[in-house]
Amino acid sequence: MSHGPRLLHGPERGTVLLVSTTSLVKGARASRSTIALKLLMAISGLIFIGFVLMHMYGNLKAFAGHDAFNEYAHHLRTFGEPMLPHEGLLWIIRVTLLGALIVHVYAAVALWRRAQRARTTPYAVKKHTGATFASRLMRWGGVTLLLFIIWHLLNFTIGKVNVSGGPTNDPYNLLVDTFDTWWLTVIYLVAMAALGAHLHHGVWSAAQTLGLTGNAKARATWKKIAFVTALIISVGFSLVPIFVLAGVISK
Amino acid sequence: MSSNSNMSLTLKIWRQPDAVSAGAMHTYQVTDVSPDMSFLEMLDVLNEDLNAKGEDPIAFDSDCREGICGMCGLMINGDAHGPEVTTTCQLHMRSFTDGETITIEPWRATAFPVIKDLVVDRSSFDRIIQQGGYISVNTGSAPEAHSVPVPRDDAMRAFSVATCIGCGACVAACPNGSASLFMGAKITHLGELPQGQPERDSRVVNMVAQHDHEGFGGCTNIGECTAACPKEIPLDVISQLNKDLRTALKHGF
Repeated sequence: MSHGPRLLHGPERGTVLLVSTTSLVKGARASRSTIALKLLMAISGLIFIGFVLMHMYGNLKAFAGHDAFNEYAHHLRTFGEPMLPHEGLLWIIRVTLLGALIVHVYAAVALWRRAQRARTTPYAVKKHTGATFASRLMRWGGVTLLLFIIWHLLNFTIGKVNVSGGPTNDPYNLLVDTFDTWWLTVIYLVAMAALGAHLHHGVWSAAQTLGLTGNAKARATWKKIAFVTALIISVGFSLVPIFVLAGVISK
Repeated sequence: MSSNSNMSLTLKIWRQPDAVSAGAMHTYQVTDVSPDMSFLEMLDVLNEDLNAKGEDPIAFDSDCREGICGMCGLMINGDAHGPEVTTTCQLHMRSFTDGETITIEPWRATAFPVIKDLVVDRSSFDRIIQQGGYISVNTGSAPEAHSVPVPRDDAMRAFSVATCIGCGACVAACPNGSASLFMGAKITHLGELPQGQPERDSRVVNMVAQHDHEGFGGCTNIGECTAACPKEIPLDVISQLNKDLRTALKHGF
C-alpha cells in the first residue's frame, strides 16, 4: 500500500511532476478493503448491542429488590447446567465479547489512522455541514467507552471495588454502595451519555454499512431505529444509579 | 447596477507556487464586485488586478462554468463549493455580504495533491474509473433501445446518480477524506442497469481496492459528502456500494 504524493521526473529536462500514485491495483480482494473493515465494525457492534440489552434487563432487576437481583446474578452462573459447566454460559459470552471488542477496536484504529493519512494538511476553515454531533464524537466517544468498560469491570467483576468499604460478595449491596457514592454515579451517567451518542450514530452507520439503507425511506427508518435504540439503552441503564442515589433503591 | 451596491471583500487564499514548495494563506482585497458575478468571475477580477500589478495570478481550475463539467471546486469558508448547493462556478457573489472575509482553499486530500495554488490533481478519480467505472461491450452500431428493457424506477435511479460530475467535493468535505460517495454513485449507476450486471462483482472490488490504494480514507457514514455534493447524490449510494461489496465477498471475489 503506497500513500501520499511522490515525485516523478517529467518528460522535459528539469521538470518535476507530482502525482498521488500512478499504479493500478492488480489482484484486488474484497476482504482486504476498507469496506471489509467497516463490516467487521458493524457486526461486532451489533453483538455489543445484543449484550447491553441483556445486561440492561439484569440491571433493572434491582427494582425488584435484593433477593430478585441476587437470584438473577446467581442464575447467570448456573444457566444451562448440567448441559453446560458452572459459569459455562457466562464464559461463552465473555469470550464472544472479548473477540468482538478486539475486532471493533482493531477496525476503529485502522480506519482512524487511515483517515489521518488521507488528509495531512488541515483546512484553515472547515464547517461540518450535514454532520451530527454524535457522528463527530464516534472516535473519542469510543475511547471514553473503552476506558469506562475497563473501570466498570474493575468495579464490579474483576476487582470488585467497594469504595464505602462494605462487602463485595453481595452483588445487590455492592451496586447500592457504589451508586450511593455520587461521583461514581456521575462517571456512570457520563459513560451512558457517551454510549447513547455512540449508538445514535453507530446503529444507523451499521445499517448503512450492511447495505440496508438503499433508499430515502429506509434511511429515515434506520435513523429513527438508531435514535430509539440509543435512548432505550442509555436511559434504561441510567435508571438504576439515579434511583439508588435518590434512595428509592436501598439496602 | 450602480457601483454603490457593489461589494468589497477580503480574500484569504492559499498560495503555493508548485507541487513541491510549501504554501501559505495570503490576504487580498478585491473591490467593485457585482453581486451578479459568479465566484470564479470574482477571482477573474482579482487576477486582472494582480496581472496589472505584475504579480502571479491565482491558479484555479475551471472549464464549462455552467455546473456540468466538474472541473472547478474550491473550499470556500469551510464549505466545499461554498454555502449553496451548487458548483463553485454557479455560486454567485450575492450569497456573500459586503465587507465579508472569505477563506478560499484547495481540496485537501492526500489523493488530491496540490499542483499550484487552488489547483489539485484529481487523476486518482480517473484511476478509480479505470478499475471498473465502465461496461465492456462490443462496439458497432447502436443497439435498438427497446431490446434491453429497464424498469422505470431503475432507470430513474441510474440517471439521477449518473449526474455525478466527479468534482471531488465529497472527498474535500469528508472528515475521513473518503471517496465513497463518488464510488457509490458509479456503482449504483451501473449496477441498476442490465448492461452493468456481468462485471458487477469485479467492478466494486477493483474500484474499492484502487480507492484504498490511492490513500482515500474509509467512510464512517457521517454525511458531510452528500451535504456538499452539487448534484445532491444521496447517501444511499454508499449503502449500495457496501451491499455490492458484501455480495462480491459472498461470491468469492
